[in-house]
Amino acid sequence: MTSQPSIARDLPQVAEAEIRPLIDRHLSAEGPLLPMLHEIQAAFGFVPANAVPLLAEALNLTRAEVTGVISFYHDFRKAPAGRHVLKICRAEACQSMGAEALTARMLSLLGLEDHGTTADSRVTVEAVYCLGLCACAPAAMLDGQLIGRASVEGLEKALEGAA
Amino acid sequence: MKVYLSQDAAAKALGSEAVAAALNEALGDTPVTRVGSRGMVWLEPLLEIDRGQGREAWGPVAPGDIPAILAGDIPSLGLTEEIPFLAKQTRLTFQRCGVIDPLDLAQYEAHGGLAGLRRALGLSGEQMIDEMKASGLRGRGGAGFPTGIKWDTVRMAHADQKYIVCNADEGDSGTFADRMIMEGDPFCLIEGMAIAGLCTGATQGYVYTRSEYPDAVAVMRRAIELAREAGVLGGDVLGSGRAFDMEVRVGAGAYVCGEETSLLNSLEGKRGVVRAKPPLPALEGFLSRPTVVNNVISLATVPVIFEKGAAHYADFGLGRSRGTIPVQIAGNVKHGGLFETAFGMSLGELVEEIGGGTASGRPVKAVQIGGPLGAYFGREKFDTPFGYEEFDGQGGLIGHAGVVVFDDSADMLGMARFAMEFCAVESCGKCTPCRIGAVRGVETLDRIKAGDGAAVEVLTDLCEVMKDGSLCALGGFTPYPVLSALEAFPEEFGQVKEAAE
Repeated sequence: MTSQPSIARDLPQVAEAEIRPLIDRHLSAEGPLLPMLHEIQAAFGFVPANAVPLLAEALNLTRAEVTGVISFYHDFRKAPAGRHVLKICRAEACQSMGAEALTARMLSLLGLEDHGTTADSRVTVEAVYCLGLCACAPAAMLDGQLIGRASVEGLEKALEGAA
Repeated sequence: MKVYLSQDAAAKALGSEAVAAALNEALGDTPVTRVGSRGMVWLEPLLEIDRGQGREAWGPVAPGDIPAILAGDIPSLGLTEEIPFLAKQTRLTFQRCGVIDPLDLAQYEAHGGLAGLRRALGLSGEQMIDEMKASGLRGRGGAGFPTGIKWDTVRMAHADQKYIVCNADEGDSGTFADRMIMEGDPFCLIEGMAIAGLCTGATQGYVYTRSEYPDAVAVMRRAIELAREAGVLGGDVLGSGRAFDMEVRVGAGAYVCGEETSLLNSLEGKRGVVRAKPPLPALEGFLSRPTVVNNVISLATVPVIFEKGAAHYADFGLGRSRGTIPVQIAGNVKHGGLFETAFGMSLGELVEEIGGGTASGRPVKAVQIGGPLGAYFGREKFDTPFGYEEFDGQGGLIGHAGVVVFDDSADMLGMARFAMEFCAVESCGKCTPCRIGAVRGVETLDRIKAGDGAAVEVLTDLCEVMKDGSLCALGGFTPYPVLSALEAFPEEFGQVKEAAE
């Protein structure tokens, strides 16, 4: 294969000195990679590309193995999300209460064609498969806040509140 | 006067925190005890006040209702435990959920907590296995494997280190029992895991749960700290000289990690790819060591079995399905929530009488039981009693006992397509029938939707391959919702409904 320009170069980076302590904290755990990745994402809002070689070195893994883990899980981001993250549940119980129409309406109101981030980076809309609020469907989560029996009006109001 | 307000995630999602603020303002120094959920989600946020005559309920409560409730101007729903939805239940696993402050160990003990662990400490490992077997408890995650037999395999295995892993990766739509226990009675799960550890010789436990459950993660972590401080966990469990400790681990949004071998890989920090069995996790599980992998509800049921005795538990139930099952009634339903009952109640009774029919007021068209991999049952199967073998006999499975109700506006071909689409998105990629089959399934359903009747045979063939050839339940059970929808609603797939046999 010909070598390609690194995509990583275009992605935001974080100083190694800020990443290392988050890795070191979990070194004695059994199976530490997920706790490390969660910690890194909680700190920066995404997993910076230059965390990969640090994790690989700390855990005696290849960079490919670490990248494979990051890409396997829906939660881990390679770039920051919008300032607010709106997750709308699309699983069956929420579908039975109109989650598909709710999602379509919210995307259109935000000017999005599909799940993703608005042009002004204000809101990222994501699908989630079950928040465990299946008896008060449809359910959504705006940043950390849970919303049951979600409606277009309710979600708009919550988004206004989050400015 | 004692005041109780739910702080379960469902209550929060329906506005309990604004109610709490209004209560605190109105009550001044009178404390509000925050509890888990009683499971009557349509009444959340549920407020209870005990003026010496027992706990009376109000719900759903809005912040503006508080002054009138406190002044006695809004009548209560009566005593909470006399509300028919609760009164008809047999609460064993969920006996304390919604009743006590989840993080108050003294209240936990006052309501029967730790009695099971104390009794277990006086028994040998073999006696504990006998108790588990006599209870008839089977895996509540869905597979229904006898818990006592699994524990015995781990107990008999020789290893320096064994593990108890609690599968709290409750990703099935329509299920929230694990979440409710973790948020409402976390010590119960801790006690169950400690008993499992003592019985099998495992000294370390992990609760693997979901990033979508931040409340449950926070409550569980705090409860583990408190249990450690109180000597329930640690190097000297309740002064016995025996060790058991545990921690919470959080997944990262992969549905397949609810499959036990995929979960173990994820716990080890790998991609959540399924492992071939054998070897069984009981012999080569977490870090290749003997590991009990049990669902939250299985483990949270252990304390009551040891507290009240195996016979008490086994006295409930039907056929080979012993004890109780927390049925979660969800989706388009009027009275949604958690209903713990002895096995044997009919599906129709649960949906129509307990659940009160649909929330939309339209007729019930179908219910999906057991999550995204569970079958759709039309009304003609509503007399099926809730039990492992009974559902199997009707071409379904009870899974984690979630029941999702759909009204007559449901598009069943669309739901079948969704099942395949979900499988394609969530497939771990290890085996071909699941990885490729799910994608082909979506395409084939699109052909059927476009009017290609011949594609139905392709779909049923494909489902056979996925059932027989997949490594785990994701690919293996996705045909359940697809084929059951086709069987119950052939006309929506362009097929002529055959005359009843």
